[in-house]
Amino acid sequence: MSGLTKSSIARKVVMALSGLFLVFFLGQHFVINVTSVIAPDTFNSWSHFMGYNGLVQFILQPILIAGVIIHFVMGIVLELQNNKARAIKYKKYNGGANASWMSRNMIITGLVVLAFLGLHMYDFWIHEMDYKYISGNPEDPTRYLEETIHKFEPIWRTLLYVISFVLLALHLWHGFASSFQSMGVNNKYSPAIQTFTKIYAIVIPLGFIFIALYHHFNPITH
Amino acid sequence: MNLTLKIWRQKDAQSKGQMVDYPIKGIEGDMSFLEMLDVLNEELINKGEEPVEFDHDCREGICGTCSLQINGEPHGPDRLITTCQLHMRKFNDGDTIVIEPFRATAFPVIKDLIVDRSAFDRIQQAGGYISVNTSGNTVDANAIPIDKHTADEAMDAATCIGCGACVAACKNASAMLFTSAKVSQFALLPQGQVEAVDRVQNMVRQMDLEGFGNCTNTGACEVECPKGISLENIARMNREYLSATVKG
Repeated sequence: MSGLTKSSIARKVVMALSGLFLVFFLGQHFVINVTSVIAPDTFNSWSHFMGYNGLVQFILQPILIAGVIIHFVMGIVLELQNNKARAIKYKKYNGGANASWMSRNMIITGLVVLAFLGLHMYDFWIHEMDYKYISGNPEDPTRYLEETIHKFEPIWRTLLYVISFVLLALHLWHGFASSFQSMGVNNKYSPAIQTFTKIYAIVIPLGFIFIALYHHFNPITH
Repeated sequence: MNLTLKIWRQKDAQSKGQMVDYPIKGIEGDMSFLEMLDVLNEELINKGEEPVEFDHDCREGICGTCSLQINGEPHGPDRLITTCQLHMRKFNDGDTIVIEPFRATAFPVIKDLIVDRSAFDRIQQAGGYISVNTSGNTVDANAIPIDKHTADEAMDAATCIGCGACVAACKNASAMLFTSAKVSQFALLPQGQVEAVDRVQNMVRQMDLEGFGNCTNTGACEVECPKGISLENIARMNREYLSATVKG
């Protein structure tokens, strides 16, 4: 099994599996977030469950963080190795003639999404850790929606979220279907996977953008 | 037509190269790209200058010897052809054409536009074969029935001429398309099953040792391949590799 951790194919598979895991998580995150617009009580109740359930907090959350770290570290390793594989660059390279911008710039879109994750963690995760474990505040299942809406009051933060979701869409546009190719799936189902990828890459980020804009333009007035 | 050529000139593997401009006149649209370079070289020789070195052999798109990165694409702007099959009618009077060697750390430049592609030979030697008795008792290949669809797929993979355009086109200089074609042509056939596990592991190991980059599924290789080798071969090699790793 040692070959599985050393070869270029193994590295592809690690990127694919961690990427698919993050894609799945993104969908689940979206479902919860959309309730902040259409069912505020459900949003508060689900958020409270996610924040205090032992399985989510101490097993699923570390797995998620590990997934992000693995995907990021492996992406950087691949980028460095790939740069080394062409030490002397072309004077003229017409990459657009044979491959999409999205597929050629996963490192750029990926780094922007990672930077966004830093902001997102600062906004919500660190705040949550402080609320629960440092400040030692009591449980309050009704606070989540109000806190979320407050976050989107500044236009700069809303715009950063919107821009990040556009880059996330570009990342997903190539990455989602590419994961299947990396794991050896290229068959009669591939066109359907490509179509689902494009729908997912547009609908989910657009949904997140809508939620961010909705809360920015519907602040709490009391 | 009159053209300006910007050509990579490099004295030898150790020297530092540079782009050199060559104006050229009277090129006809029916000339092949290599014939155009022949015209240039005649002019250079007549002037007492060093001709531009480039690889070529059959000039029929079969041998995989010619290479050249032309205006940023391996084998030029046309599809499903090699450089020797590229005609000058694809260009316009007054064009500037940038001609570089295939670039990859695993394909070091030997001189001017010639690169050392022996890394491909070593990948092939690592497992791109089947062991058969050739001492006079060879079993007829047709003794084992193979359905036409499978035979066609194996043949499609076997049409890879090993020119290296896949590596040249890939932003990562990955050799996955070449290696996967050489794995697939045997993996699809019953004769290839006996050595299947060792083949894919050894060929992928050699590919990595040669310093090629990692595949990120951009698909550039498939578009630029003069023989239309499909990305399905890379997926098949990934499956073969994962299966071989599990089998041990």
